[in-house]
Amino acid sequence: MNAEVRPIKTAAETALAQSFAAVKRALPGAGAVGALREHAFRRFETEGLPHRRVEEWKYTDLRALMREAKPLAAVPDAAAKACAKDALAMLPAIEARRVVFVDGALVPELSDLSGLEAGLTIRSMAQALAAGDRGLLAHLGRIVPTDDVAVALNTVFMGDGAVIHVAQGAALVQPIHLVFVNAGEPASVFARSLAVIGKGARAMLVESHVGSTASEDQVNTVLELKVGDEAHVDHIKITGAGAGALHVSTLMAAIGAHARFNEFLFTTGGAVVRNQAFVRFDGEGTIAGIRGASLLKGRQHADTTLVADHAVADCTSREVFKSVLDEEGRSVFQGKIIVQRNAQKTDAKMATHALLLSETAEADNKPELEIFADDVQCGHGATSGALDEDLLFYLKARGIPAKEAQALLIQAFVGEAVEGIEHAGLRDALMDHVVAWLEARG
Amino acid sequence: MHLLEVKDLHVEVDGKKILNGLELSVSRGSVHALMGPNGSGKSTLAHVLAGKDDYVVTQGEVLLDGEDILALPPEERAAKGLFLAFQYPFEIPGVATMTFLRTALNAQRKKRGEDELSTPEFLKRVREVAGKLGIEQEMLRRGVNVGFSGGEKKRNEILQMALLQPRLCVLDETDSGLDIDALKVVADGVNRLRSPERAFVVITHYQRLLNYIVPDVVHVLSRGRIVKTGDKQLALDLEATGYAQYQEQMA
Repeated sequence: MNAEVRPIKTAAETALAQSFAAVKRALPGAGAVGALREHAFRRFETEGLPHRRVEEWKYTDLRALMREAKPLAAVPDAAAKACAKDALAMLPAIEARRVVFVDGALVPELSDLSGLEAGLTIRSMAQALAAGDRGLLAHLGRIVPTDDVAVALNTVFMGDGAVIHVAQGAALVQPIHLVFVNAGEPASVFARSLAVIGKGARAMLVESHVGSTASEDQVNTVLELKVGDEAHVDHIKITGAGAGALHVSTLMAAIGAHARFNEFLFTTGGAVVRNQAFVRFDGEGTIAGIRGASLLKGRQHADTTLVADHAVADCTSREVFKSVLDEEGRSVFQGKIIVQRNAQKTDAKMATHALLLSETAEADNKPELEIFADDVQCGHGATSGALDEDLLFYLKARGIPAKEAQALLIQAFVGEAVEGIEHAGLRDALMDHVVAWLEARG
Repeated sequence: MHLLEVKDLHVEVDGKKILNGLELSVSRGSVHALMGPNGSGKSTLAHVLAGKDDYVVTQGEVLLDGEDILALPPEERAAKGLFLAFQYPFEIPGVATMTFLRTALNAQRKKRGEDELSTPEFLKRVREVAGKLGIEQEMLRRGVNVGFSGGEKKRNEILQMALLQPRLCVLDETDSGLDIDALKVVADGVNRLRSPERAFVVITHYQRLLNYIVPDVVHVLSRGRIVKTGDKQLALDLEATGYAQYQEQMA
């Protein structure tokens, strides 16, 4: 037997290891938190950065894409905060409670943390880690355990983020808007958030990632989400301009029984983006929509990797992902629906569609079904193609100029996914974003 | 000057010759019927007039009000007042009919240097025309032609025509797939638009439509050119004798 040959560590891997040795004592949390970090670091040390021979990372070779590791982000100074303020002005105008993180650190003076609705608590992850909070440790890394190396790296370096708790039965009227702004010198940012939504509660979480357009940052962000029985939760993640040169994001969500859960991943920014969503159904009778839209141009690369794990019977899920690709934009969709042996009566349908606006755009669609139960309704579909010439002609024959005709059809294409968002204000805000993207097209 | 003049028009599709020196002159205020067997080139002419780009014009001219329009893209022809009612109108999911109508109308007005129509004025016009055509408001909120029956799609074409107020209306087999009641609604819609300034080219297989939209001139098209021209009696004669004699004439 040959021993596995470990390639020589890349510059980025070496830098990450050195960085951990140098800063681990300064990272928030000792004891149990420190042990979590050490454990995760060993995982990273064994595996290295994920590369193309790791099936889940085949289309987004992190080892090749990450030539170097940026230093850990500094605590934001006055200049960074001022810069963040400008970015905040560009956010979609939705009525929401804002919680603002600059270079990964919570900035209370830019956040709205006063007068929280009954049943809602929002805390700083860094503080909770430092305090070794037991409630936090009960959930951290445990909601949907994964051996994904990007998540392990996040655990190694996790700094700040939001710890949100919504009590049983609390119905939040106002959405919570977590805003992550990249403002300072190019850096690595490891944000970690946790949201535990109690039984029968109602909450909407919006997560925006923005920054200066030419952001060189390397962002690794994780949200762990526990949705209680009969709760109704929406999570919308907006990866906007300035989201980073490298932006890796992971959602790990466990959904209780008779719950409603809607996830939406909207991506227009970032140079290399990887959005991972690991969603597990823990209770029967739940209905979930997991959707997304990516609009990419230049040499942008956005990878959506989804695992929807139907672990119990009688849940419904709909997955709809759309990508619009101009110039040399490239989208990757890897979507896997798992139906466990006893998850009878599962109803799951996944669709992924790519619209290619140029000869040099690329879409990779990889839908997968893993079905172990025998009484289920599951299906998937994948398409990629150009705009329909007949429809364009029909619109032009009515006097609509070519550019506008294309824009109408592209909006309709994206709109089919965006329609899945229940909040009308946010739906409109995202469609405005789509219109702006179309207007900026050369 | 004629509103439309087609001179010695030769057109190929995928290297195959479809139109063969077609000549046609249409004056303002008139209704011309264009009849002919399958494959004679009727729909090709309609699409070439509207500017579909997979039709290659190898020779000839198409003048609208004396201006050659063959070099213009479809949207500019539309803004100059040319309208094609499609034989098979397309469904466009996700584009609401109202959005489509308003975008089209305002794009044409803008191109002509006119102001955009105010929302109340636009809504008023749409409601008025839709009401006459029996198109319900609920249908206007749906995607363009999505879930419409064949007859509803044709009525929607007439609605667009009425709203856009073109100078030259080309109707490509608007009667196909219509029952007699729907045919009357569509014909009434067309007749309401007849005016001394506007002309129609009505393409059809059957004489029946011409009972309701009475033509001034009837042409028979065969193998890519007009082989006979007459008045409305010609359409009635064709109904009795069929197209065989014209196909033989060409052979």
